[in-house]
Amino acid sequence: MKPFFLFVFLMPCFAFSQAKNSETPVTPNQLAKGKQVYENNCMVCHQETGDGVPGLNPPLVKTAWVLGDKTKLINVILKGLHEPIEINGERYNNIMPANDFLNDQEISDVLTFVRNSFGNKASAISAAEVKAEMAKK
Amino acid sequence: MKPFIKLSLCIAIGTLSFISPSDKKSTSGQRLKPDADNGGITLPQGFSAVTVTEESGKARHIVVNSNGDIFIKLSALKGGKGILLLRDKNNDGKADETQAFGDYIGTGIAISNGYLYTSSNQDVYRYKLVNGIPDEASKQTIVKGLPDKGQHESKSIALDGAGNLYVTVGAPSNVCQEKDRQKGSMGIDPCPLLEQHGGIWQFKADKLNQSQADGVRYATGLRNVVGLDWNKQTGELYAMQHGRDMFAAYFPELYPLPNGDDLPSEEFLLVKKGSDFGWPYCYYDHLQAKKLLNPEYGGDAKAIGRCAGKDLPIMGFPGHWAPNGLLIYSGNQFPERYKNGAFIAFHGSWNRGAKNQAGYLVAFVPLGKDGKPTGKYEVFANGFAGTDTPSPGGAKSRPMGLAQGPDGSLYITDSQKGKVWRVMYQK
Repeated sequence: MKPFFLFVFLMPCFAFSQAKNSETPVTPNQLAKGKQVYENNCMVCHQETGDGVPGLNPPLVKTAWVLGDKTKLINVILKGLHEPIEINGERYNNIMPANDFLNDQEISDVLTFVRNSFGNKASAISAAEVKAEMAKK
Repeated sequence: MKPFIKLSLCIAIGTLSFISPSDKKSTSGQRLKPDADNGGITLPQGFSAVTVTEESGKARHIVVNSNGDIFIKLSALKGGKGILLLRDKNNDGKADETQAFGDYIGTGIAISNGYLYTSSNQDVYRYKLVNGIPDEASKQTIVKGLPDKGQHESKSIALDGAGNLYVTVGAPSNVCQEKDRQKGSMGIDPCPLLEQHGGIWQFKADKLNQSQADGVRYATGLRNVVGLDWNKQTGELYAMQHGRDMFAAYFPELYPLPNGDDLPSEEFLLVKKGSDFGWPYCYYDHLQAKKLLNPEYGGDAKAIGRCAGKDLPIMGFPGHWAPNGLLIYSGNQFPERYKNGAFIAFHGSWNRGAKNQAGYLVAFVPLGKDGKPTGKYEVFANGFAGTDTPSPGGAKSRPMGLAQGPDGSLYITDSQKGKVWRVMYQK
């Protein structure tokens, strides 16, 4: 575990230089890091498949919440969700806690992983984009 | 098959079919032809099942009228309606007529004293049954304005036949943390949610427009109860408590796997007036048979502390199975040992480790004359998920509500598509 954490802490340095492009490339390395963040923090509710739990925890598969507006998605991680939401006519009413204990790089990794897993395909979310939203808090 | 046996069987079946049509409320269930695959579920020897309907909607609880009509409450409107009546006109066990009523979603549904009682997530209503059909013009509000904050919002109902109605009000929280479901956030002490949530309230079954304050706080310390039933034999209320989430995820050092996924217990409760089952301060550990302090309130997986005086369950089930249906069986169709025992529909877990989800099944607990278990629980019906490694989204079906038919058949609803099974015993 220790080398991994060290790496995560160093990651923002690399990510910052990458973030100048508006379309940050999705790398296998970032997906692997993101998967680990997902398994530690997200999977218990959203499940291994990203399918979520009917009526409780929303699916992450091909929804506008995941594939749409990046800043909205970043803020779901930073602030959580405290009101029921509806996706494809299904209501999901469980609380999502704020995951603001994750750093910008971890959030970038996990969101990029989610946007490119479970059948999803979308652009990466950079640590700089996450940082910009964190600064607005 | 030997000709003689074949002939004997023909005579036996012929005699049976000759007798049966006159006996409309047959207690045997033998006239019905079960599905070859029992509707995709497994059952103990001698039991079989017929699929009443493949899809009814987002089914919650179910009740069967004395004429065999089935009422189901839905958690999502179907064609703008939230209550279904399914009727089997040709006595083959399969519904061939559907009617729909009510423009609200909910969970609770029960029949008492000629009325159909239903609940939304805030209110309890009743309708006069006229020739078995709910008369919508007669709709009365029995209880109004119960709290609904999105989480654990469903209101289950039970009637005692002596003029009282019992309604659950779940707590909109996991364990009353300062920040709900936030890892590391401590529990609020005392928990303010307990004032209006986290218990069972008793109301008059025939008094209109009662508010929560008009009711009696019958029991407290209940995080979320969905399975609820009145035991006619002992005259007592029974409930199934959903234990708190996130032990293994938040406290892996206190609750290491594999036991971490099995804790806390889902609790089978005999509820007495004034019972306090301890939520949010306490949880039940069936492996130690103790009520213990939650870590958010200073617990360490061993400490009892303030939980010493809290009421214990009559049985603890493995964690996160999500008991959503409870039926104390009073019928005569099933073998004697099932009489006055408890059937429990477990919805199946999501809050266990990946590939370790469990509990997509219906269990049976034998109860003695004193209403206490006389043995361990048994898996009664299984195979609902359609796989050995179920997931809540991928499960083919998830057991939800239970009801008993006038002939003693057991009815089971599924929440995924609203499949309904009728389980029978064939001697």
